[in-house]
Parts: sequence; structure tokens; C-alpha cells
Amino acid sequence: MPMQAADIVRLIQEGIPGAEVEIEDLAGDGDHYAATVVSQAFAGKSKIQQHQMVYGALGGRMGGVLHALKLTTMAQKP
Amino acid sequence: MSEVFDRIRDEIGKNDVLLFMKGTPVFPQCGFSAATVECLSELGVKFASVNILVDAEIRQGIKEFSQWPTIPQLYVKGEFVGGCDIIREMFETGELEQLFKDKGVSLAKAA
Repeated sequence: MPMQAADIVRLIQEGIPGAEVEIEDLAGDGDHYAATVVSQAFAGKSKIQQHQMVYGALGGRMGGVLHALKLTTMAQKP
Repeated sequence: MSEVFDRIRDEIGKNDVLLFMKGTPVFPQCGFSAATVECLSELGVKFASVNILVDAEIRQGIKEFSQWPTIPQLYVKGEFVGGCDIIREMFETGELEQLFKDKGVSLAKAA
């Protein structure tokens, strides 16, 4: 059951206010995405914690309706 | 659920480097699992694996145990290191190799 890219962006930004989110549809099937999330909220947190914050924002959809999301997180743009 | 947590703890305790994955290292059944196996193989790390596709209990249990929704998941000396994206990023920056060295895991890089 595919998810729209815009919904993914909205959920992440609701969960992590002020986050910059870039989404790429990797396979064009609405099921395999790559997301880059930039947020000050990640500062001082481990990669695991950063990814868990994004998964938390997606509220259990990850691994369910959202099959594949290649995730890159950072506190600020390089 | 506590029974499956015990099984997971037991596996993690028995194996210094343990990968929960879909399929096996020789026949991975998901691109993310395959990519993670490749990073480990590239470093020459000896690792054990659990094929979650043949064990429904662990398949669900490991997600709750690690509070991580996806497979693969890598454990090194009892500590959750991450999923595919984190492992690949750490591999590329050299952090993964450093982690294994710091934890005293031997690396036998293929010449």
C-alpha cells in the first residue's frame, strides 16, 4: 500500500517541527523512497536516536505501509 | 513477548557480531540486508546472522526489542549499532571499521 511523498514530508515535519525534508521516489512506485532530513533537533544525538525520531514521527508506518525509506539525517547542511 | 526477548538476548550474548536480516548472507532476500552483508564482508568481519523470515516471533520481537521498525539490524558485542542506512554511512566514513577495532573484533580484510 503506497504512501504519497507529500504525506511522508508532512508527517516528519509534524513530528519534528522546522525540519527540512527532501524526498526522492527511488523506484517510481510510491513504495521506495529516500529522505534527507535536516533539523537542529538532531544536534548532539546519535544516528540511531536521529533515525528513531524520524520513525517516531512516522508513527508506526515505517516497516508497515511504508516499506522502504532510505534515511539520511543531519543537524545542519554540510 | 518476554520469552522472545530472552531468545534475542541469548543470541546477542552468544555472538559478538550478529545481524538480524531477511534471508542469509549467501542468499539475502532484501536489498537492504544484502547491502549490509556487503559492508561486513568487505571489512572481513566474521558475523552470525538470524534469518527473520523463517521465525515470525523474532521477526516481530526484534523490532520491539530494538525499538527499530526495520530489518536489517546489526548488534556488536551486545550493542545495537543500526540498520542499513547507518551501517552503510558508517562503512563509507570508516566509522564502522573503527567501531570493530574499538570493540576488539578482529578484521580479516581480503587482500
